[in-house]
Amino acid sequence: MIQYIIRRVLYAFPLLLGVNILTFVLFFVVNSPDDMARMQLGHKHVTEQAVENWKRQRGYHLPLLWNAEASRASKVTETIFFQKSVGLFWFDFGISDSDRRNIGADIKQRMWPSLAVALPTLVLGLITNICVALLMVLFRRSYLEFGGIVLCVVLMSVSSLFYIIGGQFFIGKLLRLVPISGYDESLQALKFIALPIAIGVLAGIGSGARWYRTLFLEEVEKDYVRTARAKGLSETQVLFRHVLKNAMIPILTGVVVVLPLLFMGSLIMESFFSIPGLGSYTIDAINSQDFAIVRSMVFLGSVLYIVGLLLTDISYTLVDPRVRLS
Amino acid sequence: MNRSPVLEVKNLTVKFGVDNPVVDAIGFEVHAGETFAIVGESGSGKSITALSILRLLPVNASVVADEIKLNGVDLLRKAEYELCKIRGRRVALIFQDPMSSLNPVMTVGEQIAEVLKLHFSMTRQVIRQRVIELMKRVEIPEPEKRVGEYPHQLSGGQRQRVMIAIALAGEPDLLIADEPTTALDVTIQAQILALLKAIQQKTGMSLWLISHDLALVSTMADRIAVMQKGKIVETGLSASIFQNPTHPYTRKLLNALPSMESCLGHQRKQKSSLLKIDDFKVYYPIRKGIFKRVVGHVRAVDGVGFEIERGKTLALVGESGCGKTTLGKALLNLIPAYSGQVIMDGMALHKLTGETLRRKRADIQIVFQDPFSSMNPRMLVSEIIDEGIRALYPEVGTVERQARVVELLERVDLPPDSAHRYPHEFSGGQRQRICIARALAVQPKMIVCDEPTSALDVSVQSQIIELLKDLQKEQGVSYLFITHDLGVVAEIADEVAVMYRGKIVEHGTVDQVLHHPKNAYTRDLLAAVPRLQTSVLR
Amino acid sequence: MVVLWTDALVFVLLFGMSVLSVYMLSNPRMRRPLRQIGASKTGMVSLTVLLFFVAVGLLDSIHFHSKDSNEIVSVLDQWLSPIRLQGEKTYSAPFAAHLFGKELMVLEDGSPVWAYPRLQYGGAHLDDPESELFYDVLMKASIGFIKSAIPAAIVLVLLGKKFLHRKNALISQASAKAVAWTVFWIVVLCGTLLELSSYYHVLGTDKVGEDVLYQATKSIRTGLVIGTLTTLIMLPLAIVFGILAGFFRGWVDDTIQYLYTTLNSIPSVLLIAASILVVQIYMAKNEEQFTSLIVRADMRLLFLCMILGVTSWTGLCRMLRAETLKLREMEYVQAASALGVRRRIILFRHILPNVMHIVLISVVLDFSSLVLAEAVLSYINIGVDPTTHSWGNMINGARLEMAREPLVWWSLTASFLFMFTLVLAANLFADSVRDAFDPRRMG
Repeated sequence: MIQYIIRRVLYAFPLLLGVNILTFVLFFVVNSPDDMARMQLGHKHVTEQAVENWKRQRGYHLPLLWNAEASRASKVTETIFFQKSVGLFWFDFGISDSDRRNIGADIKQRMWPSLAVALPTLVLGLITNICVALLMVLFRRSYLEFGGIVLCVVLMSVSSLFYIIGGQFFIGKLLRLVPISGYDESLQALKFIALPIAIGVLAGIGSGARWYRTLFLEEVEKDYVRTARAKGLSETQVLFRHVLKNAMIPILTGVVVVLPLLFMGSLIMESFFSIPGLGSYTIDAINSQDFAIVRSMVFLGSVLYIVGLLLTDISYTLVDPRVRLS
Repeated sequence: MNRSPVLEVKNLTVKFGVDNPVVDAIGFEVHAGETFAIVGESGSGKSITALSILRLLPVNASVVADEIKLNGVDLLRKAEYELCKIRGRRVALIFQDPMSSLNPVMTVGEQIAEVLKLHFSMTRQVIRQRVIELMKRVEIPEPEKRVGEYPHQLSGGQRQRVMIAIALAGEPDLLIADEPTTALDVTIQAQILALLKAIQQKTGMSLWLISHDLALVSTMADRIAVMQKGKIVETGLSASIFQNPTHPYTRKLLNALPSMESCLGHQRKQKSSLLKIDDFKVYYPIRKGIFKRVVGHVRAVDGVGFEIERGKTLALVGESGCGKTTLGKALLNLIPAYSGQVIMDGMALHKLTGETLRRKRADIQIVFQDPFSSMNPRMLVSEIIDEGIRALYPEVGTVERQARVVELLERVDLPPDSAHRYPHEFSGGQRQRICIARALAVQPKMIVCDEPTSALDVSVQSQIIELLKDLQKEQGVSYLFITHDLGVVAEIADEVAVMYRGKIVEHGTVDQVLHHPKNAYTRDLLAAVPRLQTSVLR
Repeated sequence: MVVLWTDALVFVLLFGMSVLSVYMLSNPRMRRPLRQIGASKTGMVSLTVLLFFVAVGLLDSIHFHSKDSNEIVSVLDQWLSPIRLQGEKTYSAPFAAHLFGKELMVLEDGSPVWAYPRLQYGGAHLDDPESELFYDVLMKASIGFIKSAIPAAIVLVLLGKKFLHRKNALISQASAKAVAWTVFWIVVLCGTLLELSSYYHVLGTDKVGEDVLYQATKSIRTGLVIGTLTTLIMLPLAIVFGILAGFFRGWVDDTIQYLYTTLNSIPSVLLIAASILVVQIYMAKNEEQFTSLIVRADMRLLFLCMILGVTSWTGLCRMLRAETLKLREMEYVQAASALGVRRRIILFRHILPNVMHIVLISVVLDFSSLVLAEAVLSYINIGVDPTTHSWGNMINGARLEMAREPLVWWSLTASFLFMFTLVLAANLFADSVRDAFDPRRMG
């Protein structure tokens, strides 16, 4: 077990290195820092001097990979690659391009609002989807199930943007139950996050419940379910005691992958509801073409995903007695 | 013998959708304390009958009957919740495959206890005690320890014992055993059957056995019903059915039964060796640690040696997991061998690689067990058969190749128009014929037959054996016949090698091995094979 | 004729799809699943709706220089020129005869009045919109209905007489009838809308006075291009890598797994955002390469498809790898190697055909999610060019007017209706394709 985890952690390094190199190529080789500077400063009427200043202030004036002018070890360290990309490995994100703020500090501050919205959405969504799917399976081959499937397909076919716009309009604007957007510290945040959570859950029901339904149906057809029925268990007991337990394995492990990513928040949800999380941070960075922040978020996202993969493997051993890590 | 019936079924019909009935107006009864058996080939509707009694079929099945009476109470009039009180309590079921029939994420103790919780009001302590008692009764060693284990941690036989314990937990009046030993090895099968018999004698419950195996049924049942295509064609006392079968189908089944007495007696004069393997080993590496170093090997085949003669058959017998299939595939180079020599016609096959190996592949061919997965479902039969010719004899022209396909189809007794059909249009036995034709197409000197008849019904089984024997006579091809079924061995083999845990423990002529076995394992194996009890009198 | 990049690829794709359908129709093995789709009423109706969308998209993919102005227009633009050219000044509600907002106007007598000005085109033929409007709309609608319903009914009945009673058809009688009704209603709907559109703005106009119905119709092509071209780019990557990884294992497998885990670990929105930023810089640097706005927007659409393709092949690749791993242990593959069949032939003959159902199912399933993704991406400004007509851009534009009282609801409604219809049809069709081709769902 320990050996397995060590091996997986070691395997994460080449992955992160790959991500790192990919982002480096994308941000510094395909585009030169000069391009970025011009983009930021506006295309026309930019003097060479202004570009040079902009680069120097942000540390983009160094050579890419090899600093021939520097002495010995700093031939490697005094480069963009070393300072901008390698630093990410110890979570040194540097400063943002547009307003030169400390990215690391911003991330630390902004990940909590993201989590406050994303985690309840995930948990409530999971519960709702499982309940809906179980109901459909319990009443399989009836009109209730057929109606459920149709409803799921309809819900699936609506863009998430419309859920948000519709929710804001009806709940926030017409009924005035909750504020349309905004955020607050402490418990006051509750009234702000209630609507995004509700909308997030609703938007996920279509595809989620349908997917879980197929998982349940697959289990229902297995032999051990027949044994359970032959024991004299009623249909509901069979579903809850046997089917649910087995189907929860793929469901739970599927959820574990995204757990770490919850810190990253949801892009559109946060920007629509003006929640100061990492999602809206990312959107703002994309809109202001702040490459430093985008680069940091790419790396952070990858780290969290890889952590998620590791957690998935470990969670398998916890919930499935058949799996032993080796 | 005339005791009161536990179960009476009259005029039972089961349909799926609008198709023809799977079970067609059958009636039978099971008496108290007796063993009743329904025998039939696959698709005869025997399992469906059992499931329909307790309404365990999927919702799209329609079950119609005049009456299904359990202890005089009509089950047809019972609501679903009332049936729940009968299932597991009055009638219990055991299924074929104990691995898939047990819930993989619950401990066996929990699964046995579930029945007790459901049907009796007992305290937690009593339940635990009772579970251990039940596990002792089905002879599971160390029940206190096993109680907390999961199904995958037990052996196949132990799993079936757990299934029996689950069935016994409700103290049922009737135990339905649906092919209870088909998925098990022959020695385990004998143990499980003995256990069932002992339990039945102790408790006095009725046992309803469902099986395709006439020999097995003859050792167990008091009364037998023979089922064919959804109908019961013959019912009677076990002894009378085996001695004077009245229905032609029953006679056909009995005749198709392989018997170990019928071995090929003729001895040859001169020996002409075709294949010789020596110290043959197939190992699988075990990798451990952070960098997955190889720390040891699983010895699937561990130093095996034998010779096969031209035009003769060597049967390789063993139970599941003994390495016989691995050996067969490694001979064809489908699995890499670890070490050892394979000499065919004086040529060292184990040294070949690349293009020379590919060319030489014509010499040994293989026929697999499962006729459904051994043909590409998206290819026409003609494409399947001529695939080898195209690969190994590219010089053969299209016209000639097609003629050859037709010829091969005729040879395996299939109509020539089969060439333009797809595999799914054929029955299991016909598919196996196509597979044999495919192997023959490249004119091999030897064919590895990997359990070619195990997936087939008895009557079809004997036809395939006959075909293989005919082909051998005509074309002089040798067989390495891999099987777990000692009955088939006597029908086809000249020599027998018994394999146990990767090694050959006994090797000799059929007569020697089957009738005068020297090795203890061979003797166990032979003793466990159910034989037709033609003189059952009780 | 002007051939844009995406046009060319769309027609390549169309050609590929026709070859595929001819192959599928002529192959006897395909008859069973095809007939199963043909027997499903929802499947066939949704296919009809999809085909209608495709037809609109194709008409919008044939571009040429317009005669009167030197703009690049499509055949669809030409057809819809009355709607396209009859722009108003700014917002107007559906079927309105006046602008949405009050303006300062000068009456004939020279006195200034704060009032709703009449529209330039919408309802311009009416003398007194207050009283006439409702009946006129009803009137025009009925004329449109009759004009389209009668010919449509005649043609369909004639066709039905000829084909409905053919034996052995792939499409069952019931679904053929349902399809005929669908076609009828589509034709009638189009006819009525066209008739109305020459007098009114059926779905209103947007901020710059452009007809919303026209916008929504033009967006069809964008949605379709993203849904299909992305697949075209992703398929070769997924199939080649997935099958190779599963079949050869060893270092090939390790490399490919490394590749897709790395790509997968980057949040796809961010990867798309990063790539689009890069593309934007590239296009800004090489402005001279793009002769006109439409060419530029088209390039960006193509880049978006490519980026989406590169980020989305990993899922299918993983599925194909798993399936190939399973298949290579199948006995027919082993039998083929025992028969001396070369490995690459085994790949093409035994592995590839047996994973194609997964490819097919995933293509139809992905289509709808890609159409939905376009809207979200356009909303974050990393989607299509802001000048391209797309539902995402329509929503994005309308969203800014959300706070306005009374609400400007028609842009949102129009994009919602169009998107919902397309995605719903795609989802329903995908379901019946999956039911027909997934071996686990057979029987």
